[in-house]
Amino acid sequence: MDRPLRLISANPLDSLARTVEALLVVASQPLTVEELAEATADDVERIETALGLLRERYSEGRSGIVLQKVAGGYAFGASREAAEACARLFERPVERGLSQAALETVAIVAYLGPVSRPEIAQIRGVAADSAVASLVERGLIAEAGRENSPGGAVRYRVTALFERVFGLESLAALPRLDDIGADQAAIRERLLEVAEARAS
Amino acid sequence: MASAVRDLELDLDAFEGPFDLLLTLLLKDAIQPSEIDMAGIIVAFVERLAERDELDLDACGEFLVLIASLLELKARHLFPDEEAELADMEPEEAAEELARRLSEYRRMKLAAVWLRERLEEQSELYFRLGPAPLAPSPERRLAAQEPLRLVEAMRGLAVEPPRVSLSHIALRFPPVSQFVERFRALLVRRRRFDFDTEMKGLSRVEQAVAFLALLELRKEGEISISQAAPFAPIRIARADEPLFNTDDGRMLQWTARSA
Repeated sequence: MDRPLRLISANPLDSLARTVEALLVVASQPLTVEELAEATADDVERIETALGLLRERYSEGRSGIVLQKVAGGYAFGASREAAEACARLFERPVERGLSQAALETVAIVAYLGPVSRPEIAQIRGVAADSAVASLVERGLIAEAGRENSPGGAVRYRVTALFERVFGLESLAALPRLDDIGADQAAIRERLLEVAEARAS
Repeated sequence: MASAVRDLELDLDAFEGPFDLLLTLLLKDAIQPSEIDMAGIIVAFVERLAERDELDLDACGEFLVLIASLLELKARHLFPDEEAELADMEPEEAAEELARRLSEYRRMKLAAVWLRERLEEQSELYFRLGPAPLAPSPERRLAAQEPLRLVEAMRGLAVEPPRVSLSHIALRFPPVSQFVERFRALLVRRRRFDFDTEMKGLSRVEQAVAFLALLELRKEGEISISQAAPFAPIRIARADEPLFNTDDGRMLQWTARSA
């Protein structure tokens, strides 16, 4: 006990890091740099420096708790080496039993949101009611206003929980659709081939 | 009574007449379902129900079926028919549109695959989400059961349930005689009174019954009724009392004919 921990020192930045650490322990969702700056009544640059100290301290292999940059903010989580023990006591209920239909639906909402159920159904070719209801119940998508057309269908967007569950720093971390996309011209050629084969 | 639904008189922005005629016009496409205020029809039916002193479940059932069909018709009309849109296109255009949709869907399917892989990568990361949910407790296995005990349990459940009483949802009207006596007693104490003032705090149904009581008393020649103008306060006086003067000095008396 003669040698104090690195964070416990008279350095004012270390003091700020300890306060940020405390805020992140109490929070049950990621906190943005701005929120941390407001809570500590300090400036954003100093918060980022303090977060740098904490990331070093709470990293895989150094601590059972790791600091993650996720969903546009920072949050504590369990380290991967503790995953087995965590799995015996806890579960990740949000993604349990997530069907293929739900995954396709959440992909559409993530890339094209805000989108309405009729728009999702048009892309998938089948009704999206049950997939949307399941995703809303899990908290992965939420209502985001209504369409301006007559009848005004409800539109949906993904939530911060979606980014957290999928480990995304933000929606910008999703791969570009062009990178994983399909060749529309090739599909059209195939369709025409099938049509000609049927006609002959 | 079921015909009561079809004869229901409607006074909506886009249509005025019996419900039956509205249905016919909608089915012949003479009126667009989107123009019809469905809530207005429901309000008219509920008001019709309130006018009657008994709840006719047949009529309610028929109304629910009809209004549900109309709502579906309206909902369908609000969203474009994609099949018809494709059918109207030239084959080349339709193939182009179909290819575009398939391409869009394929991209989303691939995005879903990426998300699935991402989820698997993240499955080892645990974080707090409000209070940490406990893992489900191990499934309890049932001990061996006797079939006869199951029969006994089923027998207990097979009893016909008691008949559900609907008495609490029936509309209740106070008797007209109650208000006749009340007004007679009032006119013994006072020579005249204001109807609206006496009705304060009473429900709409009670007010309607009270008005019937007034008509009854007027028919018997026990009271005179006056009202300076439509919607002005209704004033009641004993039949032997002089009538009230209106603001412009004219003498007005309410009569059954003027109603």
